[in-house]
Order: sequence, then structure tokens, then C-alpha cells
Amino acid sequence: MKPIISLSPHVHGGDSVQKNMYGVCIALIPALVASIVFFGLGAAIVMATSVVACVFFEWAITRFILGRKQLTICDGSAVLTGLLLGFNLPSNLPLWIIIIGALVAIGIGKLTFGGLGTNPFNPALVGRVFLLISFPVQMTSWPVSGQMGYVDVETAATPLAIMKNAIKTGDASLLNDLPSSLDMLLGQTGGSLGEVSAICLLIGCIFMLCRKIITWHIPVSILGTVFVLAGLFHLIDPSYADPTQVILSGGLMLGACFMATDYVTSPMTAKGQLIYGVAIGVLTVLIRDFGSYPEGMSFAILIMNGFTPLINTYVKPKRFGEVKK
Amino acid sequence: MNVILIAVIVLGSIGLVAALILFLAGKKFAVHEDERIGKVAEVLPQANCGGCGFPGCSGFAGACVKAADKGSLEGLLCPVGGQPVMEQVADILGMKAEASAPKVAVVRCNGTCESRPRIAEFDGAQSCRVQQMLGSGETACAYGCLGCGDCVAACQFDAIRMNPETGLPEVDEEKCTACGACSKACPRGVIEIRLKGLKNRRVVVLCNNKDKGAQTRKACSVGCIACQKCVKVCKFEAITVDANLAYIDAEKCKLCRKCEDECPQNAIHAFNFPPRKPKVEAPAAPAQS
Amino acid sequence: MKTFHIGGVHPAENKLSAASPIKTAAIPKQAVFSMFQHIGAPAVPVVKKGDEVKVGTLLGEAGKGLSVPVFSSVSGKVNKVDAVLDSSGTRRMAVVVDVEGDEWEESIDRSDKLVTMKDLGGITAEEVVNRIKAAGIVGMGGATFPTGVKLLPPPGTKAEAIIVNAVECEPYLTADHRLMLEKPEQILVGIQLIKHAVNCPRAFIGIEMNKPDAIKLLTDLLKEKAAQYPGIEVVPLKVKYPQGGEKQLIDAVIGRQVPAPPALPINVGAIVQNVGTVYAIYEAVTKRKPLIERIITVTGKSVKNPSNFLARIGTPMQQLIDEAGGLPEDTGKIIGGGPMMGRALMSLEVPVTKGSSGLLLMTEKESRRGEVSPCIRCAKCVSACPMGLEPYLLASYTRLKDWDGCEKNDVTSCIECGSCAFTCPSNRPLLDNIRVAKQTVMGIIKARHMESISKK
Repeated sequence: MKPIISLSPHVHGGDSVQKNMYGVCIALIPALVASIVFFGLGAAIVMATSVVACVFFEWAITRFILGRKQLTICDGSAVLTGLLLGFNLPSNLPLWIIIIGALVAIGIGKLTFGGLGTNPFNPALVGRVFLLISFPVQMTSWPVSGQMGYVDVETAATPLAIMKNAIKTGDASLLNDLPSSLDMLLGQTGGSLGEVSAICLLIGCIFMLCRKIITWHIPVSILGTVFVLAGLFHLIDPSYADPTQVILSGGLMLGACFMATDYVTSPMTAKGQLIYGVAIGVLTVLIRDFGSYPEGMSFAILIMNGFTPLINTYVKPKRFGEVKK
Repeated sequence: MNVILIAVIVLGSIGLVAALILFLAGKKFAVHEDERIGKVAEVLPQANCGGCGFPGCSGFAGACVKAADKGSLEGLLCPVGGQPVMEQVADILGMKAEASAPKVAVVRCNGTCESRPRIAEFDGAQSCRVQQMLGSGETACAYGCLGCGDCVAACQFDAIRMNPETGLPEVDEEKCTACGACSKACPRGVIEIRLKGLKNRRVVVLCNNKDKGAQTRKACSVGCIACQKCVKVCKFEAITVDANLAYIDAEKCKLCRKCEDECPQNAIHAFNFPPRKPKVEAPAAPAQS
Repeated sequence: MKTFHIGGVHPAENKLSAASPIKTAAIPKQAVFSMFQHIGAPAVPVVKKGDEVKVGTLLGEAGKGLSVPVFSSVSGKVNKVDAVLDSSGTRRMAVVVDVEGDEWEESIDRSDKLVTMKDLGGITAEEVVNRIKAAGIVGMGGATFPTGVKLLPPPGTKAEAIIVNAVECEPYLTADHRLMLEKPEQILVGIQLIKHAVNCPRAFIGIEMNKPDAIKLLTDLLKEKAAQYPGIEVVPLKVKYPQGGEKQLIDAVIGRQVPAPPALPINVGAIVQNVGTVYAIYEAVTKRKPLIERIITVTGKSVKNPSNFLARIGTPMQQLIDEAGGLPEDTGKIIGGGPMMGRALMSLEVPVTKGSSGLLLMTEKESRRGEVSPCIRCAKCVSACPMGLEPYLLASYTRLKDWDGCEKNDVTSCIECGSCAFTCPSNRPLLDNIRVAKQTVMGIIKARHMESISKK
């Protein structure tokens, strides 16, 4: 017999790129179900379009522009980008805008840099921010929860818009218009498809932690920082919302658990991830409270994605037997 | 209108101040370099291949200037530019150029997939240096080419390519600059930088195997078994056998090719000779009628 | 539950032969004794073709510098002294003996009777170390470092803890496990000899929790005979690979971390010995028996009878496979050692050496690596590395040939445990690349060192 020879190790733990990507997709199922429960047909159409468009563009660009023969759409990363992009959109967004978003997310956000593993910025966020800046009206009219249609749905101010208004006017009584914390936890509120139901996102996050797809460092540091900082502001001036409501509002839960934890764009060490998470938390609160946009999560994550290489260079893991000089 | 004027003046002033700072900094922190180094660097090929043994072309230029000040350019050669470039360098520095014979990379292994059977299958990072850690590799010869292409990856001039049928690398003599990168990359020292020879012809023992003859024959049908027949037939004493391997000294070899005919293993090869005329047989005696 | 603090992975245990008692393997017809069975200078043959040898006859004396002697494990006639294919995959000097009968040197005590410290009278520490050196004992966990040298702490260091490595964290291997179950008291005497040799009062036996019978047996024995074997403690350890790594074991048992090379365990006061080595020490000092046989696990999912053999050094692996039920049809890889750090062998004719702890016949299906994908920067390799290194970074620097970057990121601290490549979801050959870097960087450091010496 001809023995096979290779250097050790001769066994493998069985983990694969597919397991991780599809694992995150499975973690997103509760949130997907919630989005259809609260936004009906609109949610289904937007999510389906986003996923199909992302997978299509990944296949087409990889095959025809990059000229690579090997299929990459099976590894699950395009599907995941499609899901996450869709979760950032309102349920009444026109199809052509969704498709442009998918093209930017996959084409510019991921493939121009070389494909899986090489992009410096989170592709879904690149797509979302591009759409936000290019189509501000369509991207900021949020249907009310319970609107099951696709077009002609009633839109209203989201909790974040209410909070922003309260800060601008300094009038704490405006905060009474906020939905209850329970409503925000479950999803009875306006907002993008994926961000409304905090509990579904938390369930997904716990699933990922159990499957060892992500570690606790990033979600906990982001949520913790936002809670503490928002709490501080609230104590100083009650026109800043209560920290519990801040945590449950907007894209914070989605961003902390699913977007900031993206492997490719987050730091490689535990210490680095904590620094990254705290910075994102601080930036999110600052943009939300002092910036002109009601939502700061996407920008905060993209800014910190830019810092990830710097963090990787200077923050090293604790070496075994490190002697403190 | 006023606003535009103010904006132009403010930005213009910032620009001027910044330019002034850069100018003064450029003057104050200027690094004084011997201007000859720049002149020499200009005539070099700019390949930065390291074949001269110095870090990049600017490193070589610096070394040339230093050597010129000491009195001689001996030992310094840019293999990519070769003699013409060295003459230009010598000209700039006011020195005489040293003559040197051109060299080329030679792959001293002829153990193709046919002649050298595989006894194991390698699975892992496709690199010769990695496979080298597994002992003799996929064949029983611990000295022969491993075929993973570290030499091909090292070449900056696209002068060496892997032949998928034989499993061995092939050198393109036109493109090869004898910089030595492939030779350094090979973990077994299979590639030698040899003299190109008269009319680019050379006779080389295409084997690197230092095992005893019986072992070599088991591993490869065209390996050198150190029988010494080549040594005996060489009239110019150009062949020596050391550690079970024959080696032809390129300076002594007169290209007579007698060793090539003598070798029972066909381990000796002659490069770039015209094809031999077939031997003319004496006509058969006519049948007696 | 004690364990090491950085990194670690959990490969499937597959201890197929754990319940299989030690079987004495048949004496081979021809035995091959490599002169390269240890770290350091090779042994130098002192016999020639035609010489008659007995079990225990010196075949190769220790070479210059760091080295140990090699003894015959069979009796017969020397067939040849030549370069032979061994587990390294290359031909290296060995003495080949054609076996006739089973005659032993008279100096060896062949009885099975337990000999205690008391029976040895007032043996000096120096004499203990001399007997160990004379027996050619090396680390039998696989590292094969000369034991006699390890038991001589350099000036300025002091042994504060002897740690016996009975962890056996490699999947499939069970040799140490069976040794503990079948020769427990001999091991305790061996530990006492080591304590005496380095004048250290405390000893620990580190055992992973997947061997509860061995933990119980030794703990009960120590309780029962506390007066006879004081200062020895059994430490159960969490099952995590690479708990059996010397540095990780010291971290888990006494909570001290050995700094990066050139620091050694003795610099934190620890001396680690594999439990098989401890047994060999017992036999060397009490029975004057040189290292001529060892326990080796022959195993694999398709092997008919996964077994633990007491085999003579020099036995061809093929013979052991035959005794374990023959080479399975679907064998893909033949691994000397365990699946995480073992060496893939090119032939079954290689002999059992002092460091051969196991022979794993891996099925064809298990043997092939998965398809390589691009690095997805998941950082699982960083979490897995027990030395706190960044395998993805070292592998990248290696591909770019940035040896400076490798050195600055502590590539020389890598213990080559394989946890990184085991974990990588993209099946990247991380350890292949890191080994190239380690080799190159160590060469650069050595050259730098030689240059600075010559400058002086």
C-alpha cells in the first residue's frame, strides 16, 4: 500500500466555514420569523429579494468579473450577507433599491477586496449605509409594526426618532411616547426588519454562544458600554432616555450580536475585541445623542472596522509564560 | 462673494504655510548621500532581486561605491544586468570592469514520475520545504526534486516552470539571470548555478543522490550509482566522485561527451548540443548470386 | 478541577485499547537498533558484523556532548552496521541483529520482585543518576530527551517539584494508562528514586480524568502506604489537549508558567518525567536493566485487536501489526505516536524505538485533509493556541517570508501541538507553515549567535 504522509496533526475537529456561516443563519431564524409576524408580506419580499440578489451577485461577479471557476456561493457567506442586509431595511423598500444594496454590499463591500476573508468593512453594513445616504427618504420611513402589506403601509416615528427629538428639544415628557420596554423586547415597535424583536435576537445570540460560533466579548462589551454610558447621560439629564429602553431600541441588539461579531472585520484577540466593543458602544451613544442621525450603530461599527487592523497589530494575546519587563 | 474670498484666502494661507514648513524640514533633515550612489543605481536593472547578495539595487550601488573607494570592483556582479551593466558601473566610477563568465541555473535531477516511482502520497501544504520535513518525501530518493515548486515561486523572472508530465522544473535559459533565488529556495540543493559554457553548452550529472549505488538504483532508474566509469573515461580529469555522487567540474570539462555515452544509468546529460548524426552502418555485403 | 490556563482543544478520545492488558510481544527474528533514538548527538556503534550479543549488550556508546548509549534488546549475531530506513523517513546509522534465543547479560536482575528504597540501602543520589545514564534512559513520552541530563539541575537552579506526566492526552494512546494499572508500586519507587536523585521532597502525578481507575488505584495505594511513600500526590486534571505538554502540565499542577526559550522547566523549579520513563528508571536502578523494551499501543478504528504490547526495542512495526490482527485493508496513514503530534511513517519496516509510544493505523477516510479555504479570520486558532500565539499571523508571515515578523511574534515558543490546525474551519495547513518558520528563525538565531561569538 502507498501510505499517505503529511505533517501532524492528522485529525481535524470537524469545524468548517459552512458550519459557521449556516450556524449564524440558523441563529437568525427567530428574528426572521418575528419580522414576518410583525411586517407580513413586506418582510417576506424584502428578505427574499435581498438574499437572492446577494447570492446572484456573488456568483455572477466571482464567475465573470473575477474569472474564478470555483463556486463560492455554497459556503453560506453570501446568504448570510443577504439576511443581514435585509434585516437592516424597512419592509416597504422598493425592489430596485434592495438590489442596488445587494450589489454594493457584495460587489464593493466584499469582492473588490478579494472575496471571503479579505474585506476590511462589514459588507451588509457597507450596503446599508450606502442605501441610507443615497436614498435617505425611502430608508428612513419605517412602517409601523403590524403593517402586513408591502406597499402603502403606514409609517411612523421609531423609538429612536422619538428619543432624538427629546434630546433636541430637551423635553423629557416626549419620552412618554416610547413603546413599553416589553413591547420593544418582543417587537411591537417600528423599525427595520431585523431590529425590532430584541428577544428573538437574544435567543439567536445565545444559540451562537452555545455552538461556539462567537464568544461573549463583543456583544457584552457593546451592550454593557451603551447601558453604562446611556445610564450616565440619563442620570444627568432625564431628556436622555432610560438605558433599558436605549438597549432595546434601534439596531443595537442586531449590531452587537450579529454585525459587530462578523469574523472578518473584528479583532482577533479577546482583549482586542473588548476594546473594539467598548469603542463601538461609545461611538453609538455619541452619534445617537449628538450626531444628526437617530441611529449610530452602523456608523460606529464601520468606523471600528477600520480600526481593527490597528488593534490586531498592537493588541497581542497573553503569551504563555510572559515575563513582565 | 465675501465668503468665497475668505475661504480662498484662509485655505491658500494654510497651503503656503504648510509648503514652507515642508521646504524647511526637507532642507534641515536632508540625508546627505554620495551622489555617485544615485548615478550607479540608475544604470542597474531595478529588479531588486538580491542576486548580487545585497539588499536591492540601491544596496548594490552603495557597495560598488564603497568598493571603488577601496580600489577594485572585484567580486561584485549584478547577475541580471551581467557584463554590460558592470561595464557601465565601472565607467561611472572611473574603474575597470572585471570580466566574469555567464552562469545559468541547472536542475540536477532527472527523476521523472516514470523513472522514480512514488512510494507514498503527500497530503498537505504544497511546498517543498514542508515535504522535506517528511524524510525522503513521496519517493525513496531523499535527495531528488520534490516537485512542489518552491523554486518556481521564488523566481522573479518567470524563468523556471514545472513540467506537469515529468514532475520536474525546467529552466528557460533565455530568461534565467542566475540570480540564485531558485537554488536558495530548494531545500535539497538540487538546483546549481553553473557556468553557462562555451556556446551555452554544458555536460552535467543530473543527479543529487548521495546514497550507496544499490539504494539509488532501487529508488530511481536514472540516478548516479557512483560506478566511476565516467571518471575513468574522462581525459581531462574533470569528474570527481564524492559521497556516492559524480560531479563534473565545469571549468575543466571540454564538452567531449564521452562520459555521457559511458554512464550505464544515463545520468549524465549534455545541454544545447546539436542532434547527433545517426551512425552510418557499412552496407551489407551483397548476397552471392 | 486543575487545568492549564491558555487555549486547548478537545479531540475525540478514541481510547480503544484502554481495557486491553499489556501483552508481551514476540521476540522478533531481526531487530534494528537506530543510533538516533534520542535528542542530541547520535550514539556511536561499538560492535561490528558477526559480533555475538546478548540482551543488555552495549551496541552503541553515547556520542560526544548530549547523548545516551544504545543496548541490544535481543541475543544473537550482528548482521550489519549500516544506514537503515527509520521513522524519520531517511536512512540513518543502525545496528541490525539476527536474533538467536533469548540470552541476557548476567548483570541484569530478571526477577519480578518489587525492590523498594529500603532494599537499596544507602544508595547515593549520584549513583542513582549514574545508573540512569548507564542504562541509556530517555524521555519515553516521545520527546526522548536524555533523562540523566534532566536529573542534573544546572547551577543556580533547584528542583522544587517532580511532576510525573501520566496525562496521555493524545487520543488513542493507552500505554501509560495500562502501566499505571499494572505496575503502580514500581512507579512509586521510581518516583522516590527521582526525588532522591535531585533532592526534592515533593512529587505530583498528573492524570487526566478519563482514567478514573488509575487515579483511584494510585490514590488508594498512596493512602494505604503513606508512611512508605511520603510527599507524593495524585493530581486529577481536566481532559483537555495538550494537557500532557510539559509546560502546560507544570502550569496546571503547580501554577507556574515556564517563560519562552531559552528558559527551561527547571528555571521554575519543576522536573517533568513521563510515567513510562519513571518505570524505566525503577528497572534501571533496582534491576540494573538498560532501556531495552517499552509499552507501545497498536490501535486504529479498523484494527482487529487494539492492544498494548510490551515490545523489545528494535522490533519491526510490521510484526506488532500482525500480532494485533494484521494491517486493515482500508489503512490510509501509518502514524508513529498519536494523531495530534505523531509522525506519518513511510514504511512498516521501521523499528520500535525508545520513543515509540504508539502505532496508529488510520483509515483512508480519516486520513485525508479537507479542502483548504481562505482564512475567514475567525480567530479560533488564537483561542486554541496553548502558548498564546497567533497561528494565522505566523502562517501569513511565513508565506510572505517575513522571518523578522515571525521572530517578533514568538514563533520559537510554538510547541507544535497542532491545536491550531485541528480547529481551523478552513482546513488551512497552519502548522505546516509555522514549522517552516520555526526552522528558519531558529537557524537565523543560531547564525546570529555564532556571529556574535566569533566577533568576541
